[in-house]
Amino acid sequence: MSDLFRYVLRLGDLSLVLGQRLGEWVGHAPALEEDLGLANIALDLIGQARLLLTYAGEVEGRGRDEDQLAFLREQGAYFNAILAEQPNGDFGQTIVRQVLIDAFQLELYERMSCSADERLAAIAAKSVKEVRYHLRYSGGWLVRLGDGTPESRARVVSALEALWPYTVELFAEDDLDRRMADLGMAPRLSEVHAAWSARIDAILAEATLPRPAHRPHAWHGKRGQHSEHLGYLLAEMQHMQRSYPGARW
Amino acid sequence: MSIDRTWQALALVEDPEIPALSIVDLGLIRFVELRGDGSIEVGLSPTYVGCPATEVIHAAVRTALSDAGIGNFAVTSILSPAWTSDWITETGRRKLHDYGIVPPDRAASRPVACPRCQSIDTETVSEFGSTPCKALHRCRTCLEPFEYFKCI
Repeated sequence: MSDLFRYVLRLGDLSLVLGQRLGEWVGHAPALEEDLGLANIALDLIGQARLLLTYAGEVEGRGRDEDQLAFLREQGAYFNAILAEQPNGDFGQTIVRQVLIDAFQLELYERMSCSADERLAAIAAKSVKEVRYHLRYSGGWLVRLGDGTPESRARVVSALEALWPYTVELFAEDDLDRRMADLGMAPRLSEVHAAWSARIDAILAEATLPRPAHRPHAWHGKRGQHSEHLGYLLAEMQHMQRSYPGARW
Repeated sequence: MSIDRTWQALALVEDPEIPALSIVDLGLIRFVELRGDGSIEVGLSPTYVGCPATEVIHAAVRTALSDAGIGNFAVTSILSPAWTSDWITETGRRKLHDYGIVPPDRAASRPVACPRCQSIDTETVSEFGSTPCKALHRCRTCLEPFEYFKCI
């Protein structure tokens, strides 16, 4: 498996899994505006995933397209960081997960838009414009919930405590991340981390929320070792293609 | 000749989400070129990466060109440079306004003026409206909701 193929899957799977999670809110969000907002963000994320998985399939060169990569890979062949697959929980937990990942994608894509890989640069430059709006939405909600009622505050405080440890994996640079950065194809994760921290601190300050303490963790979703939640998500997402192979609209 | 005919045909293709505008008004057509083999190539930019209208637009372009008698053509999706709302033409901006959607404005300081009563006493309801490209606003003077085409 080539470095580039694996790396592009990491990016594409993060978008795909998070997009699928947000799609679960359709018809269930607390208000119509939020239903539309979450569905629109899901749509953008799945759009990113389509571009990235299509590219991954071309890099691999075995004739797999975006659909085959999305619907016919097993859990162990998914390389998203496991923060993305964490369950929606309540609206507050969904918003916290979204802020953490939106800020990550924003800082990553901004730097990747000058990647030595032209295709990655183009996808990043296109996606970063949309991600800015995602963070305006999720960040705005985190401020309202954190600086809101005792109930809304308590919920986002506990969501932050629960999800914060998973952010470690986003920035844990492994050999693949390092090789991609050495080639100028991906940004250094340490740089992305510093920018992400500053951005998150500013949002937390406005939301009057405490930054959770750092607790060291080692997660390996980026290498295909996932939490128990991904299997259920894939079972639902892949059901049609698994049950009716080759089915088309 | 065939290049002019292609542009004319493309100018009649409506955007599926905002039928008041053509895809030319929206600035989605990057180029129309005559290739060495006599065929026409059309470069088309997607607006948002996940916009469901993208595939409908591709299909509509193919139908429009066939109907215009242009037999030999290819439609190429152009990702880079990324489409920007700055590429919406002056005609497109006027049509958006007449349709009741406030056109994107980089210079505008918030809040956005109401397209019905021009009041600037408006508020943002959500960054996402019926489609990713529009935000929902509400006018506090005439109390009507309205949409704003976002800068991207």
